[in-house]
Amino acid sequence: MNLRTPTGGAVDRNTVLHFTFNGTEYTGHPGDTLASALLAHGVHEIGSSVKLGRPRGIVAAGSEDPTSLVQVEAPFSEPMLLATTVELYDGLVARGLAGQGRLSAEPDPARYDAKHEHCDVLVVGAGPAGLVAALTAARAGARVVLVDEQNQAGGALLGVDEYLDDRPSAEWVADVVAELRSTPGVLVLERTTAFGMYQDGFVLALQKRTDHLGFAAPASAARQRVWRIRTRQTVLATGAHERPVVFADNDRPGIMLASSARTFLHRYGVLPGSRAVVFTTNDSAYCAAIDLAESGVDVALVVDARPEAPARLATECAARGIEVRAGQVVTGTDGPGRITAAHVGDERIACDALLVSGGWNPVVSLFSQARGKLRYDAELGAFVPGEELSSVRVAGSATGELDLTACARQGRDAGAGAARAAGFTAGGQVPLPASDSRCTARSGLVLWRVPGSDDTSFVDLQRDSTVADVLRATGAGLRSLEHIKRYTTIGTAHDQGKTSGMIAAGIVAEALGVELAEQRPTTFRPPYTSVSFAALAGRDRGELHDPVRVTSIHPWHVEHGALFEDVGQWKRPWYYPRPGEDLHTAVLRECKATREGVGMMDGSTLGKIDVQGRDAGAFLDMLYTNMMSTLKVGRIRYGVMCGVDGMVIDDGTVIRVGEQRYLVTTTTGNAAKVLDWMEEWLQTEWPHLDVHCTSVTEHWATIPLVGPRSRDVLAAVAPDLDVSNEAFEFMTWRDTEVAGVPARVCRISFSGELAYEINVTAWHGITVWEALMAAGERYGITPYGTETMHVLRAEKGYPIIGQETDATVTPQDLGMSWAVSKKKRDFIGKRSFARAENNRTDRKQLVGLLPADPSVLLPEGSQIVETDRLPEPPVRMLGHVTSSYPSAALGRTFALALVRSGHERIGETLYVPVDDSLVPVTVTESVLYDKEGARRDG
Amino acid sequence: MTVSPLAAWSDRLAALAPVLDAAEVPFRSQLTVRVSDPDAIAAMGSTLGVGFPSAACTFTSGTGPCGDVEVLWLGPDEFLVTAPPDQQVTIEEVLRGALGTAWGSVVDTSAQRTTVVLQGPRVRDVLAHGCSVDLHPASAPRGTCVQTLLARTGIVLQVTGDDRVTVLVRSSFAGYLAAWLVDACTEYLAVP
Repeated sequence: MNLRTPTGGAVDRNTVLHFTFNGTEYTGHPGDTLASALLAHGVHEIGSSVKLGRPRGIVAAGSEDPTSLVQVEAPFSEPMLLATTVELYDGLVARGLAGQGRLSAEPDPARYDAKHEHCDVLVVGAGPAGLVAALTAARAGARVVLVDEQNQAGGALLGVDEYLDDRPSAEWVADVVAELRSTPGVLVLERTTAFGMYQDGFVLALQKRTDHLGFAAPASAARQRVWRIRTRQTVLATGAHERPVVFADNDRPGIMLASSARTFLHRYGVLPGSRAVVFTTNDSAYCAAIDLAESGVDVALVVDARPEAPARLATECAARGIEVRAGQVVTGTDGPGRITAAHVGDERIACDALLVSGGWNPVVSLFSQARGKLRYDAELGAFVPGEELSSVRVAGSATGELDLTACARQGRDAGAGAARAAGFTAGGQVPLPASDSRCTARSGLVLWRVPGSDDTSFVDLQRDSTVADVLRATGAGLRSLEHIKRYTTIGTAHDQGKTSGMIAAGIVAEALGVELAEQRPTTFRPPYTSVSFAALAGRDRGELHDPVRVTSIHPWHVEHGALFEDVGQWKRPWYYPRPGEDLHTAVLRECKATREGVGMMDGSTLGKIDVQGRDAGAFLDMLYTNMMSTLKVGRIRYGVMCGVDGMVIDDGTVIRVGEQRYLVTTTTGNAAKVLDWMEEWLQTEWPHLDVHCTSVTEHWATIPLVGPRSRDVLAAVAPDLDVSNEAFEFMTWRDTEVAGVPARVCRISFSGELAYEINVTAWHGITVWEALMAAGERYGITPYGTETMHVLRAEKGYPIIGQETDATVTPQDLGMSWAVSKKKRDFIGKRSFARAENNRTDRKQLVGLLPADPSVLLPEGSQIVETDRLPEPPVRMLGHVTSSYPSAALGRTFALALVRSGHERIGETLYVPVDDSLVPVTVTESVLYDKEGARRDG
Repeated sequence: MTVSPLAAWSDRLAALAPVLDAAEVPFRSQLTVRVSDPDAIAAMGSTLGVGFPSAACTFTSGTGPCGDVEVLWLGPDEFLVTAPPDQQVTIEEVLRGALGTAWGSVVDTSAQRTTVVLQGPRVRDVLAHGCSVDLHPASAPRGTCVQTLLARTGIVLQVTGDDRVTVLVRSSFAGYLAAWLVDACTEYLAVP
């Protein structure tokens, strides 16, 4: 069937595009949407409904369409697109959906991106009001962004054949757009939907940049772009959507909105059918009836619900042989799928298209998102903007205005007002176009529904929600539209109730016998139309998904086969497997080499903060639980930091660099948090202290050199340094040269072994690392990763913040009462240590666990129970395993755990459920290796 | 031997021409200065031969005994002094001297960040894909200096010319920044 008109429409009839829908091949033209191309072949049936499986067609011509959901299969599978907004391209393959699509299992090869844009005046919508608003603001010299959802400017003018100022409206539109484009500081974006409006003039818009090119879309271009627009003033010229009327069997394909049928005619040169019935409550549908009749459609009847038909339009209809019946309604339809007849009175009028108009709903979504209050306009039967906002203006039919010149005037006022508010005085006044439209701008009768079978009277065609569902909700006692929306799901589909929400509100008000003016409309939320996750993700995928932070020595780790562990955003070497080694064997080797010879690791990720000022010592005394101000220059002290609740938040070392200068280290993951913590106290509580903190984390590369032979290796690369134990004591530091590079060497150990931490600027990191490797070669120097570090420290019972601690653990719980000063008058957390809760003897305390079977490795996180048989639940849990490793030094497995009254239980046997058995374990002190500390000095 | 954070990226950054002239300027001297005492600020400025910026979100530049020096406003009492390589020890000394007994701190942070210079007619476009600051010349004229985000990394951004900016990025994030820049230029390189 060919329903393409011989002439007319903005499609390129000289070019034929081939496409496939539901397995059948069709043709169309550039300028078509998938919907218009299908209608040109008489195809109305797109898919079926989500719950009831009833056939679904095309209701509207744009993004408000509730039904024409398709899955595009080629070029790339994409679900839940509207046939009315998919621009046709050659080779398109699509199929109709039953309310649900299917995400592709393949990664989307297209690029998506985002761009920030700033302007003085943002205009949303390029219909008559928006165009005049944008031009007015542009002439005033403002930076203007004009966004419009369609592939060309014009808005409602695209769907009519009216003349403006005695010439086709397209010419007027083209002139305005041309002037806008040639004005510096103006950005016009087509195919761009402003979908979210937020505080302070922040608007998100989605631009579909290459979707319409199909297979020809260049791979290098972002397919879609999220514009992140920050504007001082906004003009919303978002237009209005036609509203249907609900009646029995109103969901058949072939039933569409009257103005949409008119749009298909004028924009695409496509007829909705061969014989049409028009059902209206207002004047606007008469234009559709007359235009379609003039294009060859047999318009059988105009059914006007109003008691009297408008005289002039009725006469024009009569002149074209169109019967008009006033005071009547359509009460039902027939058809196997597509409509074959409309019920009017007792008659069944044969037709293959039923065009409906129930009036117009201003598009107030963005206004409402901007927190603008809405007001019910009883004459329009719609919610309209109900207040003026300081930075958001509304113009055109979005205000409820129906007359074109009046809309354009509103646009001019809004554009000038917005420019003025942004500090620009008006430039040349934009003349207002006059229309030749035969349809007078009058609102009609407000009619939500025609009484009939409630079960087949569909309110939300996408959700299969009917009048019966609404009445069930009100019958159940629901009164709020928000509740009824959730109960019935009306307005929750892809279209967010653009055509159904207002009607649902009307039916609810009728059912409850209340005035709509007293009902609060449901909240409009972003996004206005569907936005894919791919677009929102943009370029933040793959390697750009999250920054990967690397140290200056990273290239060496990669080159030497390290596997990496993610620590926050850092990539840290986890272990360095040799051929054939797994984690277990590699770590045992690394541990053994370090305890018996020498190992080294990249510790550059440790947080480092320079603390300077006269009061630096006093400040650190407040921050750490132990005393720092008594530390002598040249010495180092371990410190624990607690929150105000007395719970451990971080630990590290404090180096006294000078009389008024310290360098503190933090754990890798807490570097930024600790600096913020310091700044917060300095800025809010202790501004009287002369202290300044500066992050130097990335200025320094830090290399722990660990093991009994570390002294030999250091001596080889630091000839100026006396490395003897007497000259360079534990917990002191020296400035010297290492491998010819200025370095600060600290005698710190996180393994219990003789160890040094060598700090050089990050620029020298890799050079010094390689020099140490070379110098250590004769001692079998072994690079090790975080796993070996964890084992070595766990053998010594050193806790890791965040692994042994979880914000409920005090220093005392960790067995570190020695690190809590009893002399200091005050420090953060001190007061909490006196709380009864902190002094309970049954707190969970850090202990070691040795499984009875030395080969059993307890899973970290395992619970710990008291008995060898599980009693009936609830089972009393004594605590959990925090760390668990096989140990080369101990020749067996071991674990650290937080256990109730752990310190008192040393020597007891407890049990750990592993799979289906209870593993007996002996509780020990947390220090399992070298308890006397004999290895520290080498 | 010294290795800069973006040493491995120089070819890939150079390949962004003609869309973007992008290059790392490695090993620059950088010192973080915390000071609010006006006399100390004035003394520091005259020692360097470059007055410290008094307006927020700006930087100053000039030539003095330590060469071409820039002073970046980073916060109400925080500045970053940048200079050619190997000046950091001298500058730290002279600034400490100028600070005297006033409250404040001077810290060598030269290796904390690396410097990337970006130049070309598309520089604002490319940055607008990841930077929410308005870089329109009317809003961000030459002399602007802001701490902001570029995509997911913090940066210090200096507007140094009509189509020229300097970006300072934490060394550990430099690779991410370079990867992001290369990716951001994809479309512009395809359609210059």
